[in-house]
Amino acid sequence: MLPGMNDFAQSFKTAFDLIFAADAVLIHTVALSLFVSGGACLIGAGFGLAAGAWLAVARFPGHRTLVTVLNTLLALPSVVVGLVVYLLLSRSGPLGAWGILFTPTAMVLAQTILVLPVVAALTRQLVGDSLRDGGDQLRSMGAGAMTCAGLMLVHDRWAALTVLLTAFGRAIAEVGAVMIVGGNIAGVTRVMTTTIALETSKGDLALALALGIVLLAVVGLINMLIGVAQRGRGSALAGVR
Amino acid sequence: MKGAPLLRLSFASVQFGPMRALRRIGFELNRGDFVALLGANGSGKTTLLRLLHGLIAFDGTREVFDSAVRQVMVFQRPFMLRLSAINNLRIALWLAGVPGHERAGRAAQALQRVGLAELRDRPARALSGGELQRLALARAWAVQPDILFLDEPTASLDPSAKKEIEALLAGFAADGMTLVMSTHNLGQAKRLATRVVYLDQGEVRVDLPTDRFFSKVAGASSDERADLFLKGELTWTLE
Repeated sequence: MLPGMNDFAQSFKTAFDLIFAADAVLIHTVALSLFVSGGACLIGAGFGLAAGAWLAVARFPGHRTLVTVLNTLLALPSVVVGLVVYLLLSRSGPLGAWGILFTPTAMVLAQTILVLPVVAALTRQLVGDSLRDGGDQLRSMGAGAMTCAGLMLVHDRWAALTVLLTAFGRAIAEVGAVMIVGGNIAGVTRVMTTTIALETSKGDLALALALGIVLLAVVGLINMLIGVAQRGRGSALAGVR
Repeated sequence: MKGAPLLRLSFASVQFGPMRALRRIGFELNRGDFVALLGANGSGKTTLLRLLHGLIAFDGTREVFDSAVRQVMVFQRPFMLRLSAINNLRIALWLAGVPGHERAGRAAQALQRVGLAELRDRPARALSGGELQRLALARAWAVQPDILFLDEPTASLDPSAKKEIEALLAGFAADGMTLVMSTHNLGQAKRLATRVVYLDQGEVRVDLPTDRFFSKVAGASSDERADLFLKGELTWTLE
């Protein structure tokens, strides 16, 4: 057997044991991860879908620069977001009075900033492509610019869902921002990724890997549910061009 | 009132980058006209339709004589939202400002008119080419336009679907709708149109009643290139 294979086998066993024992700490950690990343995605979706749709139809001086900046923010490092939010929320920062540093709310805020460019940039591309295809026809029926963009979001709703899923994947898999603004406090701000980082640093690789498997399983399950919904829709659209 | 002017272009030109798509077009559309726009590929038919409909920027003058005139365009490849046939019509009616309580009835009536009543809940993008074109016509007819612009409405349809579309268009014209249609199908222009406008290299070369345009008398169209086009002998030229 190759070196390390035992670790993997042990990890899978630990992961299954934790899941089937319905370990309270694991459940809390998973639930908090879903709450933080899900909340960030919901807020990010609200602003990002609107901003992306608007950017697809709006034309103003500096539009191209703004799009370039937005696309660049797709690669926004999570630790940088964490650092900026930390500075904003720390006692001496401009938002220090809120007193939310090292709370799940701060983690939601940081991840919202992280996913917002993802949702906005991909939505702009999505709506822009559809507008090239049918924008003239909607305009010829009397639709204004934002109405066209809104209708294209309805038209591309399944693709928009994939955008949100991408954003969720980015949020739930990141560790830098939540570690900095959450502080990785056991039972309060400890999420799956920060737990994995902690257990790795403690040398408990099997547990860290087990949590990684759980993390993948959770994301995979969400993907699967959306996939089932899409396939259900797809079968109703058999033969669609 | 039949024959009353609805729309007029004067010295209208359209430029796409270095290419001049239309040159100093003069064109008047009157109520009750059924105009067929003829011309080779790239002659400017689609651009003229878009210009008449007000979709593109241009130099010159475009006058709409009655601001209440409702105009709709059916494109060569109709774009339908990923919704059912009936919901695509409801959205068109919503965009046209039709009150909510009238939309369902009018949408159903329009589907009935084009023979798609049974496919009302079918996803629009799952329809065949002919059905899709009929749905596009239903969507246009539902809003009761005064002017209907059609960009090659039967291109790439089979003969039976073409016949169905032609029958619908003849019905619309009989109802008093004003139609402007680009087509490569000379027989279709002859059967349906009351007036033929022949475009060549972005210019209106001929604008005549249909019977005069298609007169067998040599040179009847009053334009040498139009006559060559009719005979299928117009050579393709680059500027």
